[in-house]
Amino acid sequence: MTNKPFIHPLIPNSVPEVKAAMLREVGAESVEDLYAAIPADLRLQDPLNLPPPQRSEYELVRHVEAILNKNVTARERLSFLGAGCYQHHVPAVCDEINSRSEFLTAYAGEPYEDHGRFQALWEYTAMMGELLNMDVVNVPTYDGFQAAATSLRMACRITGRDKVLISAAIGCDKLSRIQDYLKPNIAIELIPSDPESGQMNLEALAKALSADIAAVYFENPAYLGFLELQGQTIADMAHEAGAIAVTAVDPISLGVLAPPADYGADIVCGDIQPLGMHLHAGGGMGGFIATHDDETFVMEYPSRLFGVAPTSVPGEYGFGDVAYDRTSFAHREQGKEWVGTAAALWGITAGVYLALMGPQGMVEMGEGIMARTAYAMDRIGAMPGVKLPFVDAPHFQEFVVDFSASGKRVDEINRHLSDRGIFGGKDLSTEFPHLGQSMLLCITEVHSQADIDFLADALQEVLK
Amino acid sequence: MSKSIASKPMPRRFHQARWDEPLIFELSQPGQRGVLPPAVDPGILAEVGNPAAALPDGLRRDQPPALPELSQVHVVRHYARLAQENLGADLNIDIGQGTCTMKHNPKVNDQLANSPKAVDVHPLQDDATMQGILEIHYRLQEILKEISGLDAVSLHPGAGSMAIYANVAMIRAYHEARGEGEQRDEVITTIFSHPSNGAAARTAGYKIITLYPDEDGYPDLDALKAAVSERTAALMITNPEDTGIFNPRIAEFVRVVHEAGGLCAYDQANANGILGITRAREAGFDLCHFNLHKTFGAPHGSGGPGAGASCVTAALEPFLPAPTVAYDGKRYFLDHDRPQSIGKVHPFFGVTPAILRSYAWIMNLGAAGLREVSEIAVLNNNYLLQKVLDIPGVSAPYARGKRRIEQVRYSWEELTRETGVHTEEIGYRMADFGAHYWTSHHPFVVPEPMTLEPTESYSRADLDEYVAMLRQIAEEAYADPEIIKTAPHNSTIHRVDPDWFDDPEQWAITWRAYRRKHLGNGE
Repeated sequence: MTNKPFIHPLIPNSVPEVKAAMLREVGAESVEDLYAAIPADLRLQDPLNLPPPQRSEYELVRHVEAILNKNVTARERLSFLGAGCYQHHVPAVCDEINSRSEFLTAYAGEPYEDHGRFQALWEYTAMMGELLNMDVVNVPTYDGFQAAATSLRMACRITGRDKVLISAAIGCDKLSRIQDYLKPNIAIELIPSDPESGQMNLEALAKALSADIAAVYFENPAYLGFLELQGQTIADMAHEAGAIAVTAVDPISLGVLAPPADYGADIVCGDIQPLGMHLHAGGGMGGFIATHDDETFVMEYPSRLFGVAPTSVPGEYGFGDVAYDRTSFAHREQGKEWVGTAAALWGITAGVYLALMGPQGMVEMGEGIMARTAYAMDRIGAMPGVKLPFVDAPHFQEFVVDFSASGKRVDEINRHLSDRGIFGGKDLSTEFPHLGQSMLLCITEVHSQADIDFLADALQEVLK
Repeated sequence: MSKSIASKPMPRRFHQARWDEPLIFELSQPGQRGVLPPAVDPGILAEVGNPAAALPDGLRRDQPPALPELSQVHVVRHYARLAQENLGADLNIDIGQGTCTMKHNPKVNDQLANSPKAVDVHPLQDDATMQGILEIHYRLQEILKEISGLDAVSLHPGAGSMAIYANVAMIRAYHEARGEGEQRDEVITTIFSHPSNGAAARTAGYKIITLYPDEDGYPDLDALKAAVSERTAALMITNPEDTGIFNPRIAEFVRVVHEAGGLCAYDQANANGILGITRAREAGFDLCHFNLHKTFGAPHGSGGPGAGASCVTAALEPFLPAPTVAYDGKRYFLDHDRPQSIGKVHPFFGVTPAILRSYAWIMNLGAAGLREVSEIAVLNNNYLLQKVLDIPGVSAPYARGKRRIEQVRYSWEELTRETGVHTEEIGYRMADFGAHYWTSHHPFVVPEPMTLEPTESYSRADLDEYVAMLRQIAEEAYADPEIIKTAPHNSTIHRVDPDWFDDPEQWAITWRAYRRKHLGNGE
């Protein structure tokens, strides 16, 4: 083994002869000359203390795989976890398209050399528009939390008001994000929901609505899985008070559930992870914000909005940024909030997903999820020691199971389920203490009757 | 003896794919299906029927969504064509998007990030079942602690601007915890710092003071001294700035702000030339952030998902987004017990696919490799600077005669004055050669700007080829500007008429809107 200089495959000009020739060309003795601007006292004296590198591809794969193999995945087990990140089947075509290097390795290209991403993203927003019955949808923001927080700030800017009402049925993490984001100048009041049905307490809403309320926010399906049946009434009440109705929705439900715009929502937001993204340990999120085509609303989006336009050749579609002047790219802190790299590739993927599913696929998806969920609720709800708190309301995909009467704790139950190869639902006992020892179970199209029966049988054993 | 084949012209004779592809809605054929969801088991149907049909009026969708109907092959073909109509960094010498650190994204890292052991983990699994994911996060946190010199790292932020926002939120929490939240309501930044520094700070409730450069292009120290006060919450500054100029008085900037009681956040989006050379710690910063999809080799995904890392000193550690990824010597765990945390900035704990790729990228290079990355990036940049300045009509304002770090913001001011050709138009013409070209962030403080960042991924021949394209365009500008004024010629599409984009009557952000406004057949 000779002691040759190390030439890294990722660094073409690390070949010593090339490096020397280039240094000569720029008139430098060494690379040190090029760093002359950095004062000596800011220079790091010692090499970084990092783990030894895995220089060959083989060693690297072996190293990383050894770490990843410590995971037990939701597909190796039978998982009923949801709560914002959903296990759906990802069609192979989704992975195929988002692995195409032309999309994967591109960035903020222009409408010419990167026409493809403009068209794919415009088509994504256009298909979301059909799903949502709304004419304006953004190029994805980071995630559904950001989408909700931004929707509320948009509502405040549109109305010139500085207080929002949020259904208390929201998840804690999302509320935390919204609180942080609205903190500088927007007050939040939580509107309680009925403990039996989960429905928003309309008396409390009526009381809270006033001339300083910018928005009323609720989710459908709610974080806890039940559906809000009073959407139209809530939207009407909000409008009556001059406020904007903001509704978060799981887009996978919209083959069977009415889009919130149909019952009066003005701004609709959510996460596109269910539309063709894997779980990625929570790293597959992407946020959407949709409105009607009202200039007042459009001008308050911080996100990029792509539009179609003619080119100099008849029959060609061109694309570009609509109302770019709104953005922080155009006007820094004078723009609306900020815009940056977010989740475009997931937007392209969600477009592929919707194109594959088509209208019929989305209907079947929604019906299938609702049927499986209803079946799981029937089976589990029939067990002694178990209560389904919101059982009277229709549910989509998720439901709360309260084990308090069984005398068992959720963490204990989940440990037993884990022994049987099951990832049980999210433990709600600290997030929603008033629900007692409750968990949030998630049923999607990936669950067969046998899977649900297996869960129910296991629970029955654990609760004995 | 037969003649040899003539050598290739420079720049190359490129033509991009032009499929003249319709919109996906126009490809719809009623009844076609692209993929089938799993059928509901008969046993379930027998028990519960179709609950969706029983939804109350008003909550039940009455018409299926008007999505296009395509067989699978047509979905694949459509998107494969759109992919061909997109360059991406694999296909082009992608040095024309300065500030964005376009580099090679190793395929092996994609494979690792796409492995079932990574993609099929649910973020709410018990820690014991996701030790691998948590270990990757933890290891990358430790690595970024060393690269920044700071004490703690959060990988929650969804990308760079969200990391900037997380840093502002922590700054706010810090001052509030000390009872100075109301008093300190100003954030200072510089015009050559990324726009998100001012924009995110403004979003977090701060008034923004923007410093302009002195005549040599350096952030103005006197202007900083005049700006700081007991109202200063923080300085948020990029270094090296988007001009590629390293601020040699950066430690002095930090000292001035600290003396006024403010914090200092170092935007390290432009860190590609300084890895292992200089760090946030030595310059005295309290926070910094990295863009994993820029500096650390994760792909940009046509505009995300990326990932951001927020790095802080021990004084700010209590405020990090929760949960943190921790290690007790035996097991990795999510620490939710963070009473002073700013809470969530992202739904779970980070963009794992980007985090995993960046971990693999760094582990492949090691400390010496990272330093080589930076040194070659800087060498490439200074080589390119020399070659570009030979092109007629272009200049590199500020810091004349000085070396730049990893990028340069050039100006075509002279060319524009002499030929009427603008920097945007040069970009359109660059598409004809199969290259991506971006001008710069607004406002154009440097007139007719062009920002080139030739990272370590490009060879000398790549740089020479890019220069040859720019040179040809400059020569065309002087000889026959019409070629540029009507460009692109060899791209997927021709010049877009922008009139619709700012006209509420005409803009069409969706197919529904297009049908209604331009086909007259909407509702």
